[in-house]
Amino acid sequence: MNGDFQAPTIEYGTLAPLLVVFGAAIIGVLVEAFAPRYLRKPIHVPLTLLSLAGAFALVLVQVMGGQVPTTASAMGALAVDGPSLFIWGVILVLSFVCVLLINDEGHFVASAAAVPGSADEEEAEAHSGGVGHTEVYPLVLFAVGGMLLFPASHDLLMMFVALEVMSLPLYLLCGLARRRRLLSQEASMKYFLLGAFSSAFFLYGTAMIYGFAGTVSLPGINRAMAAGNTLDPLLLIGFSLLGVGLLFKIGAAPFQAWKPDVYQGAPTPITALMASGTLVAAFGAVLRVFWVGLGNLDWNWRPVIWVVAALTMIVGSILAITQTEIKRMLAYSSIAHAGFLLVGVMATYGSAERNADSLKAILFYLAVYGVTTVGAFAVVTLIRDPGGEAGHLSRWAGLGKRAPLLAGVFAFFLLAFAGIPLTSGFFGKYAVFAAALDSGTQPGDSMGGWMAGLVVVGVVASAIAAFFYVRVIVLMFFSDPAADGPAIAVPSMGTVAVIAVSLLVTVGVGLYPESVLGIANQAASSLFIR
Amino acid sequence: MSPWLPILMAVPVVGAIVVALLPKGSDKLAKQVTLLVSLLVLVLTGVMAAGFDPSGDRFQFVAEYNWIPSFGVKFGVGVDGVALVLIALSVVLVPLVVLASWHDADGVKTADGTLITPKRSVKTYFALLLVLETMMIGVFAATDIFLFYVFFEAMLIPMYFMIGSYGGAQRSYAAVKFLLYSLFGGLLMLVAVIGLYVVAGKQTFMFPELVGAIQDPTMQKWLFGGFFIAFAIKAPLWPVHTWLPDAAAQAPAGAAVLLVGVLDKVGTFGMLRFCLELFPDAAKAFTMPIVVLAVISIVYGAIVAIGQTDMKRLIAYTSISHFGFIVLGVFAMSSVAQSGAALYMVNHGFATGALFLAAGFLIARRGSPYIGDYGGVQKVAPVLAGFFLIAGLAGLSLPGLSSFVSEFMVMIGTYSSQAHGSGALTVAAIISAVAVILAAVYILWMVQRTMNGPTAEPVKAFKDLSAREVWVLAPLVALIIGFGFFPKPLLDVINPSVQQTLTNVQVPTSTIAEGTGQ
Repeated sequence: MNGDFQAPTIEYGTLAPLLVVFGAAIIGVLVEAFAPRYLRKPIHVPLTLLSLAGAFALVLVQVMGGQVPTTASAMGALAVDGPSLFIWGVILVLSFVCVLLINDEGHFVASAAAVPGSADEEEAEAHSGGVGHTEVYPLVLFAVGGMLLFPASHDLLMMFVALEVMSLPLYLLCGLARRRRLLSQEASMKYFLLGAFSSAFFLYGTAMIYGFAGTVSLPGINRAMAAGNTLDPLLLIGFSLLGVGLLFKIGAAPFQAWKPDVYQGAPTPITALMASGTLVAAFGAVLRVFWVGLGNLDWNWRPVIWVVAALTMIVGSILAITQTEIKRMLAYSSIAHAGFLLVGVMATYGSAERNADSLKAILFYLAVYGVTTVGAFAVVTLIRDPGGEAGHLSRWAGLGKRAPLLAGVFAFFLLAFAGIPLTSGFFGKYAVFAAALDSGTQPGDSMGGWMAGLVVVGVVASAIAAFFYVRVIVLMFFSDPAADGPAIAVPSMGTVAVIAVSLLVTVGVGLYPESVLGIANQAASSLFIR
Repeated sequence: MSPWLPILMAVPVVGAIVVALLPKGSDKLAKQVTLLVSLLVLVLTGVMAAGFDPSGDRFQFVAEYNWIPSFGVKFGVGVDGVALVLIALSVVLVPLVVLASWHDADGVKTADGTLITPKRSVKTYFALLLVLETMMIGVFAATDIFLFYVFFEAMLIPMYFMIGSYGGAQRSYAAVKFLLYSLFGGLLMLVAVIGLYVVAGKQTFMFPELVGAIQDPTMQKWLFGGFFIAFAIKAPLWPVHTWLPDAAAQAPAGAAVLLVGVLDKVGTFGMLRFCLELFPDAAKAFTMPIVVLAVISIVYGAIVAIGQTDMKRLIAYTSISHFGFIVLGVFAMSSVAQSGAALYMVNHGFATGALFLAAGFLIARRGSPYIGDYGGVQKVAPVLAGFFLIAGLAGLSLPGLSSFVSEFMVMIGTYSSQAHGSGALTVAAIISAVAVILAAVYILWMVQRTMNGPTAEPVKAFKDLSAREVWVLAPLVALIIGFGFFPKPLLDVINPSVQQTLTNVQVPTSTIAEGTGQ
């Protein structure tokens, strides 16, 4: 260091989607500061939607123009490769539809700081004119920005920053529900405490691994492993701690406890965003860390992931059976699906070809699962009681007779979750199971029989999971409606659009999966930059 | 490339969409459209079947389109003799079921006005029926194993809703049990399907190309297990049969006919087509355990049937016994027994279909499925009683009725099969012959208790069969008697594909030659 300062090279074109989202988020904050109250929402809505659409268009431009970079960007801090761009596309689409749900009135509290049930709350409510906190929009944009950054981070420190950028707004958003505010605040608190804890794990892990490798860059760590002793305690401890941090975010067992509480308490559009966008982002990061950073450690991590995947599938599907609240049930369902996805992660080791094949499966699964999830939560927002959404399952009895169309659509989403053929969910499940079995037959794989075993665990869990999905269908269609059943809210244009798009994708991909599969295949074939 | 099968599959689903989109209050129109569509499919199938050449290629009317290149999946369809007769069975049954179910969703009332099943959506019922028809044709026509699996699983859903929404008092329990059993079996099969693809390493799911692709005997056994368990649940075979009596008893009579008559046949069809031909060594290795299960099913189903008080449950248990015969025939590894088994699949569809429908008409008049609630029906409704008796006699395989031919072929083929050399199959045939006597007991006893004796008080108000109901049963009875005396047209179509199956299983030719006498 002799005083020379080298300006960093930043590939602005490549990073443009990120910059648009973060830029819009900052403008959103300024709007909150300077625009009068009545103007805020009319500015936020187009700003948010346009920036997400614009970012998506920029992603498309890069993909169509064949400008997918093959080296890391921003001085090695970020890797915008094929899988990243696919994940970005998926996250942007999902967050766009989630914002359509967020636009609906009545989801967010007018004054989060007011004590629930107090006079302050009433006053704030009266002043707001039905519009809750408009800070929601910039917060969502920051969260989405974090989601984009997370899977594209090329070193662990950047990944940590992304994790925080993604999580902090979400902690806050969870506590903003207009109805059942105590539950919402409890959810927010739990998510924050557990999330902070897991972030600390991640950071400790990063520090340990730095101690081993002398670098936080993912390919650097992998190279250090190839050269050094892979049984170094620093590395093993670091890797375990890092794993805890990541597995927490995807809600894998035994780190799944936050999911049901948070999903239940958070405003439903935010739950939809977390269940789709966050899951996609977190899996992107998991895939990158395990393939790029820990590729030379697969002998160590695969048995661990085997156990976690099996446990996650079983815990998710068994505990879901006992749930009586629709959002909690969907949360456990999301845990089970995280387990199915981990089966795919198990298969992403070894040769590049092998990796691309499994990667394709997971990317496809993430895309179709995310879309179906948002659709399902959109339906949940419409079934209402006087005190908010009718969450208790008993309230859903006989819905098929009162609102056949809505119940039919929801039943279809549930069948897709259950993985019944001719829905998109089936092909997702098929893809990861096929990838796992395929990897098990690779010559020299010491875990061949174990992979088959894991897939069998997977199908048993699917059968158990089918039970609770089917149970809701039984309730909706085969039970008689309650005398004072919940009201079916008249859906806004946005909600209708969300449900329609989700249905169309779930049906369309179910009939012709090649449409999405082809894109996932292309994205996966370029692999994560190593 | 022949467009026949894709057209056959497309017509009902288009019909279903039309029916579903009809405006509110057009229930009658919905029924008429459904009947028309199902008759159209029947005619189309008839025309197609006339062009089937039994001495030609194994798979005819073949069509292949790329469906999911990334997975190596094709939309591949084509039929051999066995598939053709099963498709024919399905498309014959559907219009009859439509007619039989004409008022099932209208809110069925007994003569004295008590409501048996409440009013439900008529359009949905008939749309589901047509969707099911597409899937039934698809599952038998699929030559791509992945496509077969897709239909195998997807066809559960319309049936699930038909049982769950339109069935009896315990309907939701029965529907869920049906779905979960089948789904679980199907998922195990999915693992085996993936395993087959991966281990064969041919990048295709096309059945003809996968025959003989798995050589490793251990791997064959595992994959065979995955397929077989799914098919055994579907068929159903003892001890995984418990869902059938519940589902069949709770389903509306029309749906029960399709459930037992067609859907369950997918199990035995799958054993014949996939288990035997894809995994011949495993099939031979497992022959004895499976034969034992089949014999248990035959005897157990028959004995339990005798003890039933509910007519539909009784018929369901007789079917478990009959499915035992079919499985026995499939695994006896002789051409007589296998041809008999394939023929049995068709004949059982007609015979049990007729019995279920006749029982359904009876139940619709009284609102009770219990045998004890009837008596002396013959005096007030002689036509109904007559049809009931003929259907019953077909169920107990009376000579001269179609089931007799197939049951006899299965037993004689099993008796003389040398597949296991030791005469073990001979013993199996002798034990299963006991069921013939038991069958006489369960059928005749049921007929006697419902049709003969003093006329029970509520029965006196019974009307005899309406013209619509006669139109449902008459064709079935005609088929039962017709194929009873002259099964040759069916056998001519079935025999070549069975020969092909046995060749692929590499059963010594002497066994095959012995069967050609039939």
